[in-house]
Amino acid sequence: MGNVLTIILQRLALGALTLLIVSIVIFVAVNLLPGDFAQNILGQGATPEAVASIRKDLGLDQPPVTRYFDWLGGVLRGDLGSSFAQANFASFTGTDSGAKTVADQIAPRFANTMFLAMVTAIIAVPLSITLGVLAALYRNSVFDRAANITTLSSISSPEFFLAYILILFLAVLNPILPSLSNIYDGMAFSERLQKSLLPALTLTLVVTAHMMRMTRAAIINLLASPYIEMARLKGLSPMRVIVKHALPNALAPIINVIALNLAYLITGVVVVEVVFVYPGIGQLFVDSVKIRDIPVVQACCLIFAAAYILLNLTADIMSILSNPRLRHPK
Amino acid sequence: MNGISRRGLLKTGVAAGVLGLSGMPLRAQTRGGKLTAGLSGANTTDSWDGRTHSDLFMIASAHGTVFDCLTEVAADGSLKGELAESWEASADAKTWTFNLRQGVTFHNGKAFGADDVIESLQMHLGEESKSAAKPIVEAITDMKKITDHQVQFTLAAGNADFPYLMSDYHILMFPAGQIEEGIANGIGTGLYQVKSFDPGVRMVATRYADHYKGDSAGFFDEIEYIAINDNTARMNALMTGQVDAINRIDFKTEALLRANPALRIQEVTGNQHYSFPMLTKTAPFDDVNVRRALKYGINRQEMVDKILLGHGQVGNDTPIGPANQYYAGDMEQLAYDPDKAKFHLKEAGLDSIDIDLSASNAAFEGAVDAAQLFQASAAAGGVNINVVQEPADGYWSNVWLKKPFCACYWSGRATEDWMFSTAYEAGVPWNDSQWDQPRFQELLLSARAELDSDKRREQYTEMQQILRDDGGVLIPMFANYVQAVNNRISSPDTVGNLWQMDNARMAERWSVA
Repeated sequence: MGNVLTIILQRLALGALTLLIVSIVIFVAVNLLPGDFAQNILGQGATPEAVASIRKDLGLDQPPVTRYFDWLGGVLRGDLGSSFAQANFASFTGTDSGAKTVADQIAPRFANTMFLAMVTAIIAVPLSITLGVLAALYRNSVFDRAANITTLSSISSPEFFLAYILILFLAVLNPILPSLSNIYDGMAFSERLQKSLLPALTLTLVVTAHMMRMTRAAIINLLASPYIEMARLKGLSPMRVIVKHALPNALAPIINVIALNLAYLITGVVVVEVVFVYPGIGQLFVDSVKIRDIPVVQACCLIFAAAYILLNLTADIMSILSNPRLRHPK
Repeated sequence: MNGISRRGLLKTGVAAGVLGLSGMPLRAQTRGGKLTAGLSGANTTDSWDGRTHSDLFMIASAHGTVFDCLTEVAADGSLKGELAESWEASADAKTWTFNLRQGVTFHNGKAFGADDVIESLQMHLGEESKSAAKPIVEAITDMKKITDHQVQFTLAAGNADFPYLMSDYHILMFPAGQIEEGIANGIGTGLYQVKSFDPGVRMVATRYADHYKGDSAGFFDEIEYIAINDNTARMNALMTGQVDAINRIDFKTEALLRANPALRIQEVTGNQHYSFPMLTKTAPFDDVNVRRALKYGINRQEMVDKILLGHGQVGNDTPIGPANQYYAGDMEQLAYDPDKAKFHLKEAGLDSIDIDLSASNAAFEGAVDAAQLFQASAAAGGVNINVVQEPADGYWSNVWLKKPFCACYWSGRATEDWMFSTAYEAGVPWNDSQWDQPRFQELLLSARAELDSDKRREQYTEMQQILRDDGGVLIPMFANYVQAVNNRISSPDTVGNLWQMDNARMAERWSVA
């Protein structure tokens, strides 16, 4: 097991390095955009004096390198800084009483995003693995073809299109589910679940094809192996052969694909959030880029990057654990 | 009667009631129930600080629901007292005495009085202040508390519109000594008190039990405003009955909303206008003949038809619209006439002219298309417009007020003087044409201090004529406010046209049908 531990530590260190690089790239990219927070918040009213006054309040008049290291220092101490959007509001009153930290601002949104990702994963993962196993079992049958065509068409359509199709059938023509997913704090769990169902179904359509096809391919790949032939010769039923003998050995690639899709669910669902007015982190991220609220943008990027790194790490470890040859290397 | 455009009326007949019923008593309104509205214009930067408000979501939440101003513009455009009961001016319109309503309490129980007025106004002052209402409050040289319920303002120069200015949605009344708390938690004197507020997401407020407006306004038990910035999502929410009203409907899907018998569409023409300002201190726009050639080279009706899809009214190069008191609606309309454009170019000593026009859809939806229409129509008159497409990011910082000829929009102002002193007075920062015409500036000052309504009408009419003939801003169209409401909710026959959603006061004026 020592081997696994070393790998985890190595990967965590590499992950931290990646996060650092991501933060530099984002900082540079945001600074390259035309306009800054002061100009954006003032809009039509951006007189030079007002812009300068806001820049001074927020420290935007400092050179970029200084600002970057100030921010980095804060992050290392666990302080993500104050959102410009809310800092601006505080500077009007001359105090910080109303100022929200970036963490305060992101936490509820991130919780919403995780909730949606979880609901989606609970539907999508069992569904796609079942479909994949069945498709492998009845490969080249009508069922296999139908499952492939359906999932491939849904993954090939843009997300907003899938969302509108679902809204049309499940909210407008048959008012079963609400088209508005404006969940908020203090909402009963059942209501929250009901409101999140349409976006979760949309996302399910988006991620199913990938996982299902990987399951199918990984299993079919193994079906030519001698030990599967042995199992068949023993007279086991095809279902048992696949579930008991093929699936455990096909887990590694399936876990990897699931991890990738989970990361996508955390980081890439802004279109779905906009269509359903779901208050997730994606919308906050886009809003923050629009107004150049750099602390929030940076924090979101770090979270996204960390989600990818951690999920990939988890996937690697689980593939190792699922493979006795890797678990007990000679 | 000015509340709706002729075109809108003919096309829809929706507000036919407006014709005869303005000013008549309202139908009996039922108390209770809930209003849920899906509104655009929400941001994660939103707060209860009135000084920062600029778009519908917060204007409807603060000005229209949780907070009050000293005065209020009624749906028919007249001015009435809100927290001020009455007011009087000295003969030179320089000293104004406001009598405040008694027995009013803030949502935290604090009594409302003169100190609150003075402190709430002072919020907008100070060198560091970024308040959009700073110019209004700066004009007050002295604020005096006479009694607990009487305040006297002394202005630097006479201003007959001063009570109107006090209805500005930035100038909300906060509790004195607790302004920070008031901003953090939304403590006002409005009809509803905040239950929960999540910036850029949602605002919920419940009826404040002993409100001074009593049974005459604020008929709902609860108000919920949901931030829906996406057009399609807003429409879906209305179509599926999850919200009762939405603002800014998408003209392309308007027919779908009209086909739904459970919904109705409200359309009003207000002061919102789209414009093309030119810097009149820069050649060639310093020559009035070039400006006139452009005025005749633009096809206004075509723009209303193609850019606004009919939801608007042609403009006459003045920012004074149908929601203004002294709107000169009968003034002769500038019309598309390439021959006249050629004639004026000749007057300027030119056969043809090449002009760059900077445009971006940040100025208004369809600005680039409008610029291209302008290009096509002006070419016939010898004006060759080159449309320069500018990035939307930083448009207001890098293009507007900087490029000699660009696209722009204004939401308009409740009074003539307010609009003119914001964007047409010589030397003000937002004078986006750098225009300075002596007669106009003279009239501006005299009309401001004039208390006689007939004389003011004369002066403002002349000013609108000067703008039409000489001004540096092309205003080809006024854009309607178009919103949709579920028939579950009833609204008065006269809908305010100063701002979207019944002047953002649907929480106050509407009720469950």
